[in-house]
Amino acid sequence: MNEVIEFYPILIKGTITTIQLTVLGAILALIVSFIVGLARISSFAAIRVIAIVYLEFFRGSSALVQMFFIYFVLPMWGIYFDALTAGVVACGLNVGAYGSEVVRGAVLAVGKEQHEASKALNYSIYKKYRYVIIPQAIPIMIPTFGNLLIELLKLTAVASLITISDLTFMAQIIRVQTALTLEPFLLILIIYFIIATILVQIVDLIAKKFSKGRNIMTAGDK
Amino acid sequence: MENIIQFENVSKSFGDLQVLNKLNLEVKDGEKLALIGPSGSGKTTILRILMTLETIDDGFVSVNGEYLWHEKNDGKIIPASENHLHKMRDHIGMVFQQFNLFPHLTAIENVQQPQTLIKKKTDAEAKEKAEELFHLVGLGDKKDQYPHQLSGGQQQRVAIARALAMDPKIMLFDEVTSALDPELVDEVLTVLRKLASDSDTTMLTVTHEMNFAREFADRVLFFDSGQIVESGKPESIFSNPTKKRTKEFLKKFINNVN
Ligand SMILES: Nc1ncnc2c1ncn2[C@@H]1O[C@H](COP(=O)(O)OP(=O)(O)OP(=O)(O)O)[C@@H](O)[C@H]1O
Ligand SMILES: [Mg+2]
Repeated sequence: MNEVIEFYPILIKGTITTIQLTVLGAILALIVSFIVGLARISSFAAIRVIAIVYLEFFRGSSALVQMFFIYFVLPMWGIYFDALTAGVVACGLNVGAYGSEVVRGAVLAVGKEQHEASKALNYSIYKKYRYVIIPQAIPIMIPTFGNLLIELLKLTAVASLITISDLTFMAQIIRVQTALTLEPFLLILIIYFIIATILVQIVDLIAKKFSKGRNIMTAGDK
Repeated sequence: MENIIQFENVSKSFGDLQVLNKLNLEVKDGEKLALIGPSGSGKTTILRILMTLETIDDGFVSVNGEYLWHEKNDGKIIPASENHLHKMRDHIGMVFQQFNLFPHLTAIENVQQPQTLIKKKTDAEAKEKAEELFHLVGLGDKKDQYPHQLSGGQQQRVAIARALAMDPKIMLFDEVTSALDPELVDEVLTVLRKLASDSDTTMLTVTHEMNFAREFADRVLFFDSGQIVESGKPESIFSNPTKKRTKEFLKKFINNVN
């Protein structure tokens, strides 16, 4: 084990890269979730269809193949991404597809009476969603978003296959250099677990902040 | 006095169920109207059509001298656009049976937000108006609570304040005390009585509280199967109903209560 510990500088680098992939991927996933999720409930059929195609495409194909596609195939058409960007884009688009279902479900979980109250107060459709519906839907989304964030963290491990030096990539390097197999992988397993635990804590904090003084979580959970 | 609301041959069906059949109804500016009648007779539907929550199948509804569900375009009458409905909704406010407050906002934010967002008031103006209204409905000390921290009666008074804050010409109340525990009914009715006597807003209220209807209303409409069976001053409807169906309804109603 000591031999492995000696590789701590690259383990730290790998951890940082993994966190980078996760955080940037999460930001992209969040944006995609809202755009696609809200597009799903648009009153324009064309927009709904595009959103469904997006969802089914990313849900129905392998994330690893999507990543290979972005990194190896798109350059053939003149679209170049560096490895980290390709990893972030693949993870973000993929998890964003699942996230769009969370957004859609949470928005639909807000009762019809909230729509009617907004109309009676003469809110436009935009103001209704912006100030009434989405603020009530967010606390409903947060716990499921938390689960997706952990899924995203785990998904980033496949990014090592497009040469991104994340934790998994570094573990491979250590394995090759030390001829040890158990130790490097055990070690990164623990590091992944610690990162996941911290992420769960952060999501809990956010959930508390959003539900403070409000009784929406219980309304949406039933 | 001019009619602020007019229904001309308005029909409305839900699937096979015809709820309104060529209904004609006129309401004068400033009038306080009580709608009574058996369950399923279409009372709520009338209010919801006025609030633009329900469309009509046939006929015309006018509000404040303009068609509600139609507009004129090059001299032709066409179905109302969202823009037209938006303009017309400005005249109308509604209080719901289940309050329908915004749960993510405090009581006073519920009353302030629509004013700043829709009426384009400054925060200070909206706050001043909200505080005035909280005083009117007797909730000065509850304004920073969230709806779930309030009793049903208190929530309903916030909902009344929220509707009033928009200064509608017409206020619609749909059984606003039906969801309340009996001991909380009076605090809400007291507010409504005060409003009825102090303001020149036109008010339509659907209610099963006959004593309240008698005090509140200038005119009572008895409704059955989407038709106005009988209409008149509260004294005449409650003391001397002329139609058999009205008598039966009132008798049954009083029996139910006792
Ligand atoms: N959205 C809807 N879809 C189908 N049927 C409906 C809908 N809204 C109302 N109805 C039906 O239309 C009829 C009239 O309803 P409405 O709510 O206007 O009655 P009401 O006089 O207010 O009755 P209550 O005293 O029970 O509130 C009822 O039979 C009701 O079931
Ligand atoms: Mg009703």
